[in-house]
Amino acid sequence: MTTVTTQIKLTPEHSARPGASMRSRLQDALPKIVLAPSFAITIVFVYGFILWTVYLSFTNSKTFPSYALTGPRAYQRLWRWTFESDPPSSWYTSITNMGIFGFLYIFICLALGLFLAILLDQKIRGEGVLRPIYLYPMALSFIVTGVAWKWFLDPGLGLEQTLHQWGWTSFHFDWIKNKDFVIYTVVIAGVWQASGFIMAMFLAGLRGIDGEIMKAAQIDGATTFQLYRRIVIPLLRPVFLSAFIVLAHLAIKSYDLVVALTSGGPGGSAWLPSNFMYEYTFKRNEMAVGSASAVIMLMTITAIIVPYLYSELREKPR
Amino acid sequence: MSVIATPARQSTGGISARTVNRILIYSLLALFALFYLMPLFVMLVTSFKTMDEIQSGNMLALPQAPTFEPWLKAWGETCVGLTCAGIKGYFWNSIKMVVPAVLISTLLGALNGYVLTKWRFRGHTLVFGLMLFACFIPFQSVLLPMATILGSLGRFGVTLRNATGFSFGLGNPTVNLVFVHVVYGLGFTTLFFRNYYEAFPTELVKAAQVDGASFFQIFRRIMLPNSMPIFVVTVIYQFTNIWNDFLFASAYAGTGDAMPMTVALNNVVNTSTGVVEYNVNMAAAMIAALPTLLVYVVAGRYFVRGLMAGAVKG
Amino acid sequence: MLRKLLIGTALGSGLAFAAHAQDVKEVEMLHWWTSGGEAAALNVLKEDLAKQGFAWKDVPVAGGGGDAAMTALKAMVAAGNYPTASQMLGYTVLDYAAAGVMGDLTEAAVKEGWDKSVPAALQKFSVYDGKWVAAPVNVHSVNWLWINKAVMDKIGGTEPKTFDEFIALLDKAKAAGVIPLALGGQNWQEATMFDSVVLSTGGPEFYKKAFNDLDEEQLKSDTMKKSFDNLAKLVTYVDPNFSGRDWNLATAMVIKGDALVQVMGDWAKGEFNAAKKTPGTDFLCYRFPGTDGSVVYNSDMFGMFDVPEERKAAQVALATATLSKSFQSAFNVVKGSVPARTDVPDTDFDACGKKGIADLKAANEGGTLFGSLAQGYGAPPAVANAYKDVVSKFVHGQIKTSDEAVTQLVNAIEDAK
Repeated sequence: MTTVTTQIKLTPEHSARPGASMRSRLQDALPKIVLAPSFAITIVFVYGFILWTVYLSFTNSKTFPSYALTGPRAYQRLWRWTFESDPPSSWYTSITNMGIFGFLYIFICLALGLFLAILLDQKIRGEGVLRPIYLYPMALSFIVTGVAWKWFLDPGLGLEQTLHQWGWTSFHFDWIKNKDFVIYTVVIAGVWQASGFIMAMFLAGLRGIDGEIMKAAQIDGATTFQLYRRIVIPLLRPVFLSAFIVLAHLAIKSYDLVVALTSGGPGGSAWLPSNFMYEYTFKRNEMAVGSASAVIMLMTITAIIVPYLYSELREKPR
Repeated sequence: MSVIATPARQSTGGISARTVNRILIYSLLALFALFYLMPLFVMLVTSFKTMDEIQSGNMLALPQAPTFEPWLKAWGETCVGLTCAGIKGYFWNSIKMVVPAVLISTLLGALNGYVLTKWRFRGHTLVFGLMLFACFIPFQSVLLPMATILGSLGRFGVTLRNATGFSFGLGNPTVNLVFVHVVYGLGFTTLFFRNYYEAFPTELVKAAQVDGASFFQIFRRIMLPNSMPIFVVTVIYQFTNIWNDFLFASAYAGTGDAMPMTVALNNVVNTSTGVVEYNVNMAAAMIAALPTLLVYVVAGRYFVRGLMAGAVKG
Repeated sequence: MLRKLLIGTALGSGLAFAAHAQDVKEVEMLHWWTSGGEAAALNVLKEDLAKQGFAWKDVPVAGGGGDAAMTALKAMVAAGNYPTASQMLGYTVLDYAAAGVMGDLTEAAVKEGWDKSVPAALQKFSVYDGKWVAAPVNVHSVNWLWINKAVMDKIGGTEPKTFDEFIALLDKAKAAGVIPLALGGQNWQEATMFDSVVLSTGGPEFYKKAFNDLDEEQLKSDTMKKSFDNLAKLVTYVDPNFSGRDWNLATAMVIKGDALVQVMGDWAKGEFNAAKKTPGTDFLCYRFPGTDGSVVYNSDMFGMFDVPEERKAAQVALATATLSKSFQSAFNVVKGSVPARTDVPDTDFDACGKKGIADLKAANEGGTLFGSLAQGYGAPPAVANAYKDVVSKFVHGQIKTSDEAVTQLVNAIEDAK
């Protein structure tokens, strides 16, 4: 099996065939032609716009973009009160929350998604019912599920009150009202929403694995645990990459989640950088500061993602 | 091909160990099903309650006098702005935007993934890396430059129409939204297919090529038929994201004629004054999610194992 | 620069193409009044226009008290597709006017005599550079108390005239086992309440200097510290679950008698109306103690954009209908606010509405009509939101003392200016 995935250069000997040079030259270029539009679009509409954002962060843009450069004023504003102020600035709150939320959200979703996918892959009767149950949270707009979660987590309305009514009066769960814990409720709701989809990704990965390998390993006497640890999970490596990217991007863009669930949290304690960015760009009419925060976000992502991508993409599966 | 369930060793007590195993698996699955269903339960019971009951009763209690009124109201009567005809009319707006956007982005993603794994060229990793990183751009920061470009395209469309009598869809809000969603969905679809095809046996492609099959023939005859699980994942992902997008939809849809479902739902739910009709909101949310749920159930059927194994064996 | 990007606006809209010189009998209106009483109220305007033969093309975008709509508007303007008009608040109108994308309604304004009937404080936002660019729809005021009458009678309370009497009243409610103060712990609600506290603590002159002129001396004065201390006192009377609560749920607590009083703008009255409650018998509306005679206001405006010539007639019709006495009365009766012109008869309004109209008139004439900082009429959004941050952090305990709060306030406002 290991040889199967090895990459083989396909084109050279093919194009060398005489008489078919025109056609084969086209055949050679065809893959690149197919890829070109997507790549061009990405360059313009992603990297072009990133450059635009970087540029704006060095201007004095307020309500609308203005194109006169004014130096790194926006960055100074962003960081000015971050480390020397007690209470912490909104930006400081946002980035620390991002750390907590990002780590827990990605980790729990990956673990739970893989676990559920493996369970669901055991020839389960009723898979067709369970799968949509795990997946449906993605389908519902958080504009409304946020309300359901808000009620459920509210000590006066939801879980705590219900358990009190049932007689467990010492139960206490008021994280959503607590400025130090509110971010964890965002994690709970976030995991609920995305873990089912991650499960689906892993499930697709598992279904893509050649059954023969598993059989062979079992014949060799591998235990189930060994089988998954040594063979299946390494084979799922590309799926981990996809899942990580999906989760990382969802984590970074988790704007609705915070707003619908916590309205920003007590004293803004649930803010994430995307909330900060939206607030400053669109609500406070400080587009330069908003752009600067976007640039910092992108730089942070670069610092985390690029090394990961580099190691993942460089190392060919052997 | 199930692993745990296979009676690998016929040792003593194999049957009962297997049964215990199965019970454990099913209980765990059921437990998690409860976790996922809980908010849905809250929404469902709420949507069948009257407002009085919602305001006075427990959130988790079953409705005492179930009523379909909220569902009927959400479907055909509730106000979306100044038009009070429910949210039923917005399905079509969303569908005519989502379906092309999902199809185009998925197909392009499949082609990109195919090229990036089976027709590698120098720098393919860099190209892929760049497309991948594009997933991370915060949409809020592309909102305005994109609007500017769409605006210019729209004006160009008018010029075209004056000259040729046909605007090629430029400036049409639905076309604009399709374009935007394809642009910002490409990173993901490419990622999904690239990583799936990465594990796809290259020998098959090579063999087909030796047989004289062309680039597209191989894609159509060999890659596509073996891509069902990843197609399902990609379609689910794209469909959900595009269907639920609010930011682009609210900014680029313009007047009500092209307004997608999310914007309509948002307008129903977000009342700044007046009594919040939670029952109608919950019903509206579930109605709005029906197409996505349908996609999950229908597409989910195609998570079939063994396609690959069969293909490898030829 | 922006203008340059926006050249050819008219062509951007597909509809403009269809009609060359002929008037387009249609208004395109961006707003966030999408449901309930507000939509019903706006419908009155739609029908008024329909009678004159103008179609209403609705662009509703709800959410975040207009945040989502303003984002959509920014995108529409960047694309060069201006709506005929958009619901807008305070400084936003001026920002767009400064960018040169607003229209000019001066002709209609002169004909209709808006200069005389609309309070000068509103004209600050609806007139830019001598030109009318927006039509004010209503005037809300925020320094109100909303009290459940049954609870008030039960505890034997009377109208509090000073802040100390207010505290005494809250104590009575607390002793009777009722939640004294219904508050939603979202930053704008906390800051809206603080607007009233500052006006009550420091008086009209202080409020104006601190929250409209942003005078640093006043912002860091002992009076401001005292105001924060008073706010801290009030916060001790809220229930433990107040954090994150929506304002209308806080109002519902008062309506149901779970809580005695809410400090909120007069849009809260819409909730009482919807629950079929009558002022005087079911609930009471008093000015926030110590603020009688002053009005802290905000106002909804319809900003009018620089639309192509063939759409001007519809725009003028829209603006004129908006400021007509009949619409001003019909709309504001439903919305709970008061008319944006001072010469509208108050016959259709309830007791609270009548008081609101009289107060506005008196405040306008006496120079005690001030923009609400929390609602974006005291200073531009950057400053207003920085202010809300500080107040909210103080209420929720990230800022621990009034000394610290004042320092933070000065810093935040200085930063945002």
